[in-house]
Amino acid sequence: MATFLGINLFGLFGQLLVGLINGSFYALLSLGLAIIFGLLKIINFAQGAMYMLGAFAAWLALQYLGINYWAALIVVPLAVGAIGILMERYLLRPIANEDHLYSLLLTFGVALILQGLFTHMFGSSGMPYNIPEELKGGSRLPFMYLPNYRAWIIIASLVVCVSTWYMIEKTKLGAYLRAGTENPQLMQAFGINVPLIVTLTFGFGVGLAGFAGVMAAPVYSVSPEMGSNMLIVVFAIVVIGGMGSIGGAILTGLGMGVVEGLTKYFYPEASTTIIFLVMVIVLLTKPAGLFGKEA
Amino acid sequence: MKSMKKSLLTTAMMTAIAASGANAAGLSDDKVKIGVLADMGGVYADICGKGCVEAVKMAVEDFGGTVLGKPIEVVSADDQNKPDVGSAKAREWVESQQVDAVTGLVSSAVTGAVTKVLTDAKKIALISTSASHAFTTKACSPYNAHWTYNVVALANGTVKPMVQAGKKKWFFITADYAFGHALEKVASGVIANNGGEVVGKVRAPLGTTDFSSYVLQAQSSGADVVALANAGSDFVNSLKTAAEFGLTEMVDVAGLLVFTPNAKALDPTIAGGMKLTTGFYWDYDEETRKWSQRFMERTGGAIPAMGQAGAYSATMHYLNAVKAVGTDESDAVMKQMKATQPNDFFARNATLRADGRMVHDMYQVRIKNADERKGENDIFALEKVIKGEEAFGAMLAQCNFK
Repeated sequence: MATFLGINLFGLFGQLLVGLINGSFYALLSLGLAIIFGLLKIINFAQGAMYMLGAFAAWLALQYLGINYWAALIVVPLAVGAIGILMERYLLRPIANEDHLYSLLLTFGVALILQGLFTHMFGSSGMPYNIPEELKGGSRLPFMYLPNYRAWIIIASLVVCVSTWYMIEKTKLGAYLRAGTENPQLMQAFGINVPLIVTLTFGFGVGLAGFAGVMAAPVYSVSPEMGSNMLIVVFAIVVIGGMGSIGGAILTGLGMGVVEGLTKYFYPEASTTIIFLVMVIVLLTKPAGLFGKEA
Repeated sequence: MKSMKKSLLTTAMMTAIAASGANAAGLSDDKVKIGVLADMGGVYADICGKGCVEAVKMAVEDFGGTVLGKPIEVVSADDQNKPDVGSAKAREWVESQQVDAVTGLVSSAVTGAVTKVLTDAKKIALISTSASHAFTTKACSPYNAHWTYNVVALANGTVKPMVQAGKKKWFFITADYAFGHALEKVASGVIANNGGEVVGKVRAPLGTTDFSSYVLQAQSSGADVVALANAGSDFVNSLKTAAEFGLTEMVDVAGLLVFTPNAKALDPTIAGGMKLTTGFYWDYDEETRKWSQRFMERTGGAIPAMGQAGAYSATMHYLNAVKAVGTDESDAVMKQMKATQPNDFFARNATLRADGRMVHDMYQVRIKNADERKGENDIFALEKVIKGEEAFGAMLAQCNFK
């Protein structure tokens, strides 16, 4: 077994890789949150519930409609995004001009209702969802055995994250989006349908959570609590990355996964708290977050 | 005003207690009431839960529904795997609802809290599904009857033969609470006594969804055997992850506590071949099959887990004792329960020892591979019957409640 300065390198690399896999989920979820906050100034506490909804939708689709994993990867984010659109249109828009606290409380309430509903219907012990045939098995790396599905998680989430970032920061559509939220009146004067942009953005951000849910279904058991467990960590990540910074959310998500992996190797007991520790330090030294613009 | 109300209540209660004391023979409050306390919707819901309630109801019906001419009532509640919730419910039952005995009892942490309440109230705990051996050792009580199995039997049944067969280096993935700690400690003792060593361990919170980092730690530890000192969906998730990361091909993975519903939920290509210890298997012989058939008809097809069969057996033995001594007064009933041998489809070669440990035949079984299975419920192949004395070990002197 390879060791360096008394460190078991195989063990360390293994943990780092697992950290990167977890980081991929963090990145997907915090990206959705950052888009919604950055463009709409809504703190969406229902993001965790939407992630859970995505996983359950994948499970239900397979169980009752025979929709397989690959189809679910496309259909479920659309369906969850549609739920997000309805939520924006009928729940959030009426209070859009109120204090941000109202939308925060509203989304928190929606999250609790969804979680309670699913616990009532499916119990809390979790549903099994098998890894798709095509991604079973794995490859033996020098330091660990990497299951194919886990490798797929990293690749798929990177592709989705990077293309989202590119779309918002580098394309014309993204420019409309950013301008529409910066100065809605002016944009409307140019003949751009701003409310539609807002609704679609919210739907897209929520759809990302649905996508993460489908990705998570085969590796984490599908259970009503899976979202709330994840949400608090993801919020910490958004705060570390800088509220609303799209690139910051992606990099911090992956980075925090790796930090967590490192902690799991060197001092496992602290692995559940390390992210919050980083958050406290970042807030004290750089209140706008690592990638945030100072107000 | 409040304190006056309280003292009035106390006086009333004292009077009631005095009255019942004067009338020791016969049934207090004209009925026998059994409470079933279990996790109804969480990680342990499938291994006891509603199935335990049904099993207790079956026992009551088979007994005839009445004892000494008075009705037998069954009540149930969800403890949510939380000791405070469980003990509050138990207190309410014994203090204001005339519950005489509590069964079910799943999470060892909950059972620890509940047995304290029951012992203070001098009510009987018929523990069906908890694993910790504390209830007949360091937390023993004259009112505890621990049915089905415990961590000592699991360690002796599963760990010992493996160490003796040359698997010397062990790594533990342990559920991080009372049950996991107890199981890990007892199993570590068995490993050391048989010339093996524990090369590492990691503790995962109850209800962990992603075991991959724990599995990797196990992988880089150089162990011969990775022992899963957890249960329920924790066991299922950790074994699935172990298989995903190729751990099951590199080393032996030993499930120390496996209930049939969990074994059934696993793909045979992952779980097939694993040896484990159980207190009951539905397909053992004609008697077990007959009872299990009835159970399945009532619960919608789920095969009984060992704790569910144990809850039936314990309830039956309790009711028989109440009938024999003609009272539901706990000391007399407990004495009778220990004086007679439990004997039914579940309890084979059984005695309820003075410390409250129900010693009976345990079974070493192997999870069948896909090609051996004749149906969806054909899960275990019997390897060996382990004698009760061999499985449960000796009684502690300080727990000898004669």
